[in-house]
Amino acid sequence: MDINVAQLFQTINLNVIMPEVILSVLGMALLLVNVFIPSKSKVYLAWLSLVGIVGAGFAAVSGWGIHLESFSGSVVQDNFAIFFKLIFLVAAGLAVLISEQYMERENCNHGELYPIILFTTVGMMLLASGTDLMTIFLGLELMSISLYILAGFNRDNIKSTEAGMKYFLLGAFSTGFLLYGMALVYGVTGTTRISKIATLISQMSNPADNSMLLIGMFLLLTGFLFKIAAAPFHMWTPDVYEGAPTPMTAFMSAGPKAAGFAAMLRLLLVAFPAMKAEWTDLLWILAVLTMTVGNFTALRQDNIKRMLAYSSIAHAGYALVGFVAANATGTSGILFYMLSYAFMNIGAFAVIILVGKQGEPNGTVMDFAGLGMKRPLLAATMTLFLFSLAGMPPTAGFIGKFYLFSGAVQEGYIWLAIIGVLNSAASVYYYLRVIVYMYFKPSEQEFEWVTVTAPIALALVVSAAGTLIPGIIPSYILQFAQQAVKLI
Amino acid sequence: MSNILSVMTFLPVVGVLLLLFIPKGNNGVLRSVALVTTLVTFLVTLPVLTGFQTNADFQFVENVPWIAAGPFAMRYNIGIDGISFWLVILTNFIMPIAVLSTWTAVEENVKEYMICLLLLQTGMLGAFVSLDLFLFYIFWEVMLIPMYFIIGIWGGKNRVYAAVKFFIYTMAGSLLMLVALIYLYFLGSKAGITDFSLLHFFDLKVDPGTQTWLFAAFALAFAIKVPMFPLHTWLPDAHTEAPTAGSVILAAIMLKMGTYGYIRFAMPLFPQAANQFAPVIATLAVIGIIYAALVAMVQEDVKKLVAYSSVAHLGFVMLGLFALNEEGVTGALLQNLNHGISTGALFLIVGFVYERRHTRLITDFGGLSKQMPIFATIFMIITLSSVALPGTNGFVGEFLILVGGFESSLRWWTIVASSGVIFAAVYMLWMFQRVMFGELDNPKNQKLEDLNAREIIIMIPLLIMVFVLGVYPNPFIEKMTPSIKKVIAHTRVEPVITAKVAAPAEVTAPVVPAATPAQHESATEPQPAAEKPAGH
Repeated sequence: MDINVAQLFQTINLNVIMPEVILSVLGMALLLVNVFIPSKSKVYLAWLSLVGIVGAGFAAVSGWGIHLESFSGSVVQDNFAIFFKLIFLVAAGLAVLISEQYMERENCNHGELYPIILFTTVGMMLLASGTDLMTIFLGLELMSISLYILAGFNRDNIKSTEAGMKYFLLGAFSTGFLLYGMALVYGVTGTTRISKIATLISQMSNPADNSMLLIGMFLLLTGFLFKIAAAPFHMWTPDVYEGAPTPMTAFMSAGPKAAGFAAMLRLLLVAFPAMKAEWTDLLWILAVLTMTVGNFTALRQDNIKRMLAYSSIAHAGYALVGFVAANATGTSGILFYMLSYAFMNIGAFAVIILVGKQGEPNGTVMDFAGLGMKRPLLAATMTLFLFSLAGMPPTAGFIGKFYLFSGAVQEGYIWLAIIGVLNSAASVYYYLRVIVYMYFKPSEQEFEWVTVTAPIALALVVSAAGTLIPGIIPSYILQFAQQAVKLI
Repeated sequence: MSNILSVMTFLPVVGVLLLLFIPKGNNGVLRSVALVTTLVTFLVTLPVLTGFQTNADFQFVENVPWIAAGPFAMRYNIGIDGISFWLVILTNFIMPIAVLSTWTAVEENVKEYMICLLLLQTGMLGAFVSLDLFLFYIFWEVMLIPMYFIIGIWGGKNRVYAAVKFFIYTMAGSLLMLVALIYLYFLGSKAGITDFSLLHFFDLKVDPGTQTWLFAAFALAFAIKVPMFPLHTWLPDAHTEAPTAGSVILAAIMLKMGTYGYIRFAMPLFPQAANQFAPVIATLAVIGIIYAALVAMVQEDVKKLVAYSSVAHLGFVMLGLFALNEEGVTGALLQNLNHGISTGALFLIVGFVYERRHTRLITDFGGLSKQMPIFATIFMIITLSSVALPGTNGFVGEFLILVGGFESSLRWWTIVASSGVIFAAVYMLWMFQRVMFGELDNPKNQKLEDLNAREIIIMIPLLIMVFVLGVYPNPFIEKMTPSIKKVIAHTRVEPVITAKVAAPAEVTAPVVPAATPAQHESATEPQPAAEKPAGH
């Protein structure tokens, strides 16, 4: 391969990766600024990051509807990437807002937190916009390595350190699978460009008979299934979610999961549509397994972070239902659901942060006893998030599930939809359990330590609005999601 | 006013917004605001009551686009016809009574309580007026949330169990209905239907095999709500634990949601399956009638007894619906109202006693009639109405159901069910005797005070309705008849023709008897109803 350097530079259009550029530059600048900011004033870093995130959001939105490629086609700006970038920015913005108070309380408010969140976001964005296996891998690594740090960010806490270590070891292992898969796919097709892989596969007479390609694809899938915490690759989730600092758990549950789905969607729908029969069969089984394992294990959890960890596994299962459907309804459902999930899940974690006490970051469901009467507004917000997670109307969670399951029904996967809704009904039990404690149990405490600071209040308002409003008037977001999946 | 139904449906939400701005603890103000809201909502219903035309069309229709994305288009499509008309009135009639009944019963968290009651009203009204399947589903689910809180926060000892059971039972059933709903939509979209509008789906011809499954999913969701044997187990728990207003609303309105669901959705949408399932449902209904009556007989708790009587009464309603003739369905719908009034009143009565004595055990009472003569009179009238004494409302409904059932293919079921009438008399009158007559030997009962003015005021409208419906039910029946005829014409499948329909193409149209061409026309032509201003 002869590379003409001059020609290569001509293909670079920085506008395509403008959101990434903004966040990277800001992240590096903040690392420097951090040195000069006294440890009491780290909150300024949070606000600066937020400004950058909003700016990146504008940069991303400005490209809506304009299809651009850059770096000789290895990164793309399309509606699909932009929609996902917005999901990541929402997750990052909310994570930044809910971090300060918690980190301050746990004495680990190091300024590096915010740049690392930004770098994670850049990684996720590359995952969504990468159209080359190499770009996707770069994005995945940038995201994952930053996440390992974030999981272990409370370095004086043994659980947090354990979470970081565990996530790193298992994550590295899964990356190995992914790389191996990429190597095999490259071996068969001779290219890492997704569009070219697609062309080559479509020219094969029977791609499913090519075992190297098949194994390659499944290994690739394995890598991503690990990231989205699908069963049976979910074992890391409860421990990491429990140990990681709560704001980072919130971030991890929303952003990287969506990023995993973004890359998986692009890979499977663009590169491997010819092998749809193979991967839908596998994902059908995994969707059922993931939903069921997640929900039924969550039923038994007292620790609220572990419960939400299993619940996040179950939610990955619901999203996989949309994947199996692989039609516009299902895939746009995934996009809508990931956005809603970012709002409702981070919102729920924000309440958990507020109710938690210093030094006891791992609250149980019982700690919520009596919150409903002592802190009605906070409890009402939590109730909204929980009902949305359970898929009750009129919340975004319901509309998302409706579209996911509709996609499955549309393609004739009735049983998958039925298993999905029955799972949903089972999940109601553990979400209600929190509500039961908040409202139906007498309070043993006054919750006098619960102080809602401005950033976290803003996060709660935004999450509540993002959970409720799309539940009542979902048309716009759904239409955007459908435009987004049209291009891939 | 063309959007009067919307105004009515969402007025309680306005009340909720007002309540939010009233500080906690101002119980008097909170109660008054809630009461005024429900009263205003009732007043808003009056133009509906007077403006409703006696025909089979949907009236006061509002139809605007709501969600449009991808394969789906949901519309905010509401309206009422003879089937939903009285249920809407009943809801708005019962709500002020329910609010007034909690005046002194609920002392803690009054604000939240009233908010829940008002949200519940919006949910119920919305479900009754929805003509869009998706919109109906939303209201149907939303209704659960306030009721869950009402039972869970203000309920009795075992309230958490009852509330969670209520919620999950209902939710599991509805979710399967949701899948059926989605499936139905895609069937419709293949036939050119582009939205969730109920009227369009009435004309959809679904092949019999598919109908069976779809009907089963809908029927399950509604059967849980009715509740039908053997899915009734949540009901005694929920009723016993719920506070008085919760029980009243649950019995008077929410259970009607199940029977309403059958006659509005499950039966006319899937007529062949409805005919096919009629014996099964009739069997369950009859088992429900007899079983619930027997269980009611041995209850020690008055409230539980009334709860089981609900199961029996709704068994009659189901039997009447599936008789699928005019008498049966009319009786069923009338009995829906009667049950709302009588059982609602019974729960209020139980509430009065419970508020005074904090017990509901039959053995704790006896001879109350000596101490509380007004109470005794009212209780007697309601009891007699519940056991369907001629002259009271219960008689008309049950009589029509039995007549209808006897004329239909469900004759033998009806014969068995009639024995339920006797059982009802046994358990109700026996309970009444043990509570009200005999020696006033319990010293705690000797100081009981008779009903106060507020309690009497609550009961008066109900008593009036007992006699009005019992003596002169015609105006009520008249409003319903055209719609009932239309539904029956649409749903009824003569056995001979059922056998012929091997090709899924003809389900409804050829089946309609030649005598009712007009109704058939309006069944296939929903647009005129939407356009007609219906007198407003």
